[in-house]
Amino acid sequence: MTRTTAFAAALLAGLTLSACGGDPMDDSGGSGDGGNGDGGGGNGGGAVTVGSANFPENVLLAEIYTAALKGADVKVQQRLNIGNRETYIAGLEDGSIDLIPEYTGALTLYFNEEAEATEPEGVYTELQEALPDNLTVLERSEAQNKDAVVVTSATAEEFDLESIGDLEPVAGDMVLGGPPEWEDRYTGVPGLKEVYGLEFSAFRPLAAGSNLTAQSLKNGQIDAANIFSTDPAIVENDFVVLEDPENLFVAQNIVPLITTEANDDTVTETLNEVSGSLDTEVLTDMLARVSNEGEDPADVAQEFVEENMG
Amino acid sequence: MIGPVVEWLTDPANWEGDRGVISQTLAHLEYSFIALLLAALVAVPLGLYIGHTGRGRVVVVSAAGGFRAIPSLGVLFIAVLLLLPRLSGEAAFEVPSLIVLFILAIPPILSGVYSGVQQVDPSARDAAKGMGMTGRQVLFEVEMPCALPLIFSGMRSAMLQIIATATIAAIVGLGGLGRYLIDGQATQDYAEMASGALLVALLALAVDFVFGLVQRLVVSPGLATNG
Repeated sequence: MTRTTAFAAALLAGLTLSACGGDPMDDSGGSGDGGNGDGGGGNGGGAVTVGSANFPENVLLAEIYTAALKGADVKVQQRLNIGNRETYIAGLEDGSIDLIPEYTGALTLYFNEEAEATEPEGVYTELQEALPDNLTVLERSEAQNKDAVVVTSATAEEFDLESIGDLEPVAGDMVLGGPPEWEDRYTGVPGLKEVYGLEFSAFRPLAAGSNLTAQSLKNGQIDAANIFSTDPAIVENDFVVLEDPENLFVAQNIVPLITTEANDDTVTETLNEVSGSLDTEVLTDMLARVSNEGEDPADVAQEFVEENMG
Repeated sequence: MIGPVVEWLTDPANWEGDRGVISQTLAHLEYSFIALLLAALVAVPLGLYIGHTGRGRVVVVSAAGGFRAIPSLGVLFIAVLLLLPRLSGEAAFEVPSLIVLFILAIPPILSGVYSGVQQVDPSARDAAKGMGMTGRQVLFEVEMPCALPLIFSGMRSAMLQIIATATIAAIVGLGGLGRYLIDGQATQDYAEMASGALLVALLALAVDFVFGLVQRLVVSPGLATNG
């Protein structure tokens, strides 16, 4: 075999092998994480397929739903770490998944761009109206994961801060940190000014969802930060979440989104019990155990279910 | 796509003020020139030494080559997280950005300088020694001037990379033209992103052009073969 032929053969072999790998973006191929119990496939004989988005909190919530349903003798399959909303809503529509933990505010906006309500009950009502016929939401939980303005406990003590409005007299000497879109978005710098009268001395745009914001707050490069209310960094660094009495940040109560087909009395009752036992503090603590201490979400979920449900 | 980009670029509101194109370009140039200067301060003497004496070539050049492979974004995040507790205010973000650009600029400048000195016509070196010049005189009065075209080429290459990469400073909240890329992506304003990218490219070309003019002035006419 000449060198050219050998090289061409190797190249061809390499291309063929890579083609066998399959499409990593293929969600319905059953190759995702958490093929618990019966593995991939559709909705076999009354089993409920629980999905999740691809961030730790949502995975934890899905594990909690799973553990609770199993405790009620419901057959459960899992399809975790699916991706963003567009992708998993499509999964609900075509039956690849039946149930997923969701957030009232963002979900309402997804189905109704003109949604206006900001506080928990109003948002929940608007959500129920906006959902298509084949989807429904069960009772909402008190637990929320929403945008929050956060300060260090030292700052909170020094200026006696409990709610966002308390920042008004001192904001002029402070630097606010948050994701770049906050600069122009209503639920950001302009809204803080309009609703609470806050005018910070500067705004520092930092990559959202990265540790950078929390670290900058901790080390003093920023004095107030936008951090999601269940972020483990809050617990880890003893930050203080300032209250939002005017509901500038739309309510994001955690709620089970389920297809009407897969829903029945047992499922409804069980999941309502879960929602009733969840609040922001409990969820944050559990998430901290998963993210900061590396515990397995399935274990943490099992513990929660055993402690809180009958 | 072209329509919205033209619209964005021709809107005067996008040019004025703290977040306008002019301010961001100046900030971008500031970071770029400081990084180039720092890199040159280290790479030029080192390159002159290696080229003139021929010593340490393999080690230093391999190490510098390794620098090219360092992932800029990774270094940026690590440096920021390390320095946040140690530096206050903006310095905690500026120093890491400069470190990244510094690392990026060293290889092109170093290779330009040392290869420039090395390729000097041996007969010129010989003639200089024959005239009684000391080693240092040979280096500064014969080798370096003859190496200038390649030194400039290294500097221009480094500056191009620096200007393109200085956009990452925006990820850690600093200014510069990268702001349009990061902010545009965050608000899904693709016209802003595309405009930002275009401005970076234009800036790089403009600076390279200016360097070219300086090169014309500085380099001896007898050497001016390539631009």
